[in-house]
Amino acid sequence: MHPRYVLKRTGQMILTFFVTVTFTFVLYQSMPGGPAEAMRAMILAESGQVGGSVDLNLLNQMVEHYANVNPDKPLHVQYYDYLHSLIVQGDMGTSIYQGEPVLDLILQSVPWTMFIGVYALALGYTVSLFLGAAMAYKERSLFDSVSSIGVIFLNSVPYYIFAIVLVYVLGIEYSLFPIDGRYGTFVDPGFTLEFMGSVVWHATLPVVSMGILATGGALTMRGNAIRVLGDDYVRVAELRGLRRSRVAMQYVGRNSVLPLYTQFMIGIAGVLSSTVVVEEIFAYNGMGKLLYDAVLLHDYPVLMGTLLVFTTITLLAIYIADLTYGYIDPRISTGDSND
Amino acid sequence: MTETDELDFEELFDDDTEREPPSRSARLKRTLDLTVLAPLRIALHDWRAVVAGTILLLYGLMGTVGVWLATKPSSGDYPKLQGPFQELAYPLGTDLYGRSILDQIIYATPDMFRMIFAGAVVAVGVAAVVGLLSGFMRGTAIDAVLMMLADIIITIPGLPLIIVITAIFQPTNPYVVGVFLGVDMWPGLARTVRSQVLSIREESYVEASQIMGLPTPSILRRDVAGQLMPFILVNASLTSRRVIFESVSLYFLGILPFTTYNWGVLMNLAYQENALTRSELLPWLVFPMITIILMSFAFVLLSQAMDAIFNVRLQARHAETIDEEEVTG
Repeated sequence: MHPRYVLKRTGQMILTFFVTVTFTFVLYQSMPGGPAEAMRAMILAESGQVGGSVDLNLLNQMVEHYANVNPDKPLHVQYYDYLHSLIVQGDMGTSIYQGEPVLDLILQSVPWTMFIGVYALALGYTVSLFLGAAMAYKERSLFDSVSSIGVIFLNSVPYYIFAIVLVYVLGIEYSLFPIDGRYGTFVDPGFTLEFMGSVVWHATLPVVSMGILATGGALTMRGNAIRVLGDDYVRVAELRGLRRSRVAMQYVGRNSVLPLYTQFMIGIAGVLSSTVVVEEIFAYNGMGKLLYDAVLLHDYPVLMGTLLVFTTITLLAIYIADLTYGYIDPRISTGDSND
Repeated sequence: MTETDELDFEELFDDDTEREPPSRSARLKRTLDLTVLAPLRIALHDWRAVVAGTILLLYGLMGTVGVWLATKPSSGDYPKLQGPFQELAYPLGTDLYGRSILDQIIYATPDMFRMIFAGAVVAVGVAAVVGLLSGFMRGTAIDAVLMMLADIIITIPGLPLIIVITAIFQPTNPYVVGVFLGVDMWPGLARTVRSQVLSIREESYVEASQIMGLPTPSILRRDVAGQLMPFILVNASLTSRRVIFESVSLYFLGILPFTTYNWGVLMNLAYQENALTRSELLPWLVFPMITIILMSFAFVLLSQAMDAIFNVRLQARHAETIDEEEVTG
């Protein structure tokens, strides 16, 4: 891989990170009445002081304690302090409602969200790629038309409605899967087979509901594969007497998957987005639920922290995907990409 | 026609100096035929377009005539928790507060169209402008900045971002909600438009225009924008589906204020009351869900149909339109 490309991508990633941090800072500032006014009622309610006037200095100090932003200081100093505490000290502020550092809350929930997110992506894209390829090989057959209509229909069902239907049918009517929580109530966390099994069992329905987000990939894959199948080099490969499996995997498969890459990239952000709704439906204590609860409680530090971590995860995922993609498709890393 | 021996390139390829300019009405008729009627004629042969069109027409009627026919739902209108298909006054039954479910679904339609309209216009409009600009200025600072901006917004997961924004600004106007949703959707599309522009730029006819020294704006308008139009329409349809999905999810989560009727609001209320385990509450949850699925189904179908229609447009044009001599598509 070209070192210049790696350097460029790394720089781009760091820049994006700074822009996002700046963006959350701007969001704090653009709250109606500024951060102090917006958080005033929340802070007062939590610190037990009800009504009456409060010392403005004290309030500003408290805002700084929770949000790392002191409305008393000039804007650029506030910005510097915000960046400094976040990047140097790893301090994302303190939850107003729970009184715990935001970072701790997030660290407790991130692995669970990553777990269901990664599985949903892997499962969703694997199934839709194979389905798309099969549809292309059997173009214009009954299987093709039935699957096409099926995929179009799945595309029209919002993932959260799919989740509700799954809860109703598989969770409540047939009691096949648990419908809430991350693992069984009577299971002790640890590296035991029982615990692992329980975790997988509880993750099944959320993973499947999020996985249908990727089904759109099946139609794209079908289109790509049909186009590649008509290409000369596939015919040549067949005429050379190469094994069918080799033609299918190395010639057709690889060339029709590559254009799906952008879709996959955006899919990472999409799946992480969907965790907010899905985790709420399944009462799954991950980052999405953390964010959702923070919205309801107006817990702004947690809100900004989760947004920041959500973005950072996507950023890293796309970065890794980008670099590995350079290995698969050499055109991209020579700098003269076809975009 | 005047007799000149040497050919003037400018004259040959410039729209405005056609030797016998057709009258305004003829030109209008020709444009209308090419851009609206011909695709429409082909659309009628495509079952997906017919089905999608019919469904969307019904939703359109629901949002206009339907609102006028239905009564504004309020608590205590009818007996509580009536089952569906029993009484003509509330064909889909009533909710826990005695409101007709059908009336609530109908009253949510106009705002949904407003959100879709605002979201699609913002997403597709910004995407087209950014994509065209950056595709044509490839390699310049403008291209770099625009694409970096797009990459940054792609990276921020959409729903959390919108949740944070709506939590802070609490929008009630459906147009504003639509714009917020659209802002998150343009970058992916802009990137695709850009790469389309890049590949169109390589086409020989665009190269020819450049060699002839036509100014960039007119190349953009005549050669590129026309080519991109089908692509943009298909994506407008898909964007509409995304706006439905995301706006309903925001109402379903209870993050947007419940000041308007929305299918997501119905779902939220029913779900909060444990509709899944109380069968008498199920219609309250199920009918809004069907409404949402059917509408997005129509948009997905429409995008598929448009994709097919515009791809065969060139062939069909030969058979069906008045004048084939239009310079570019």
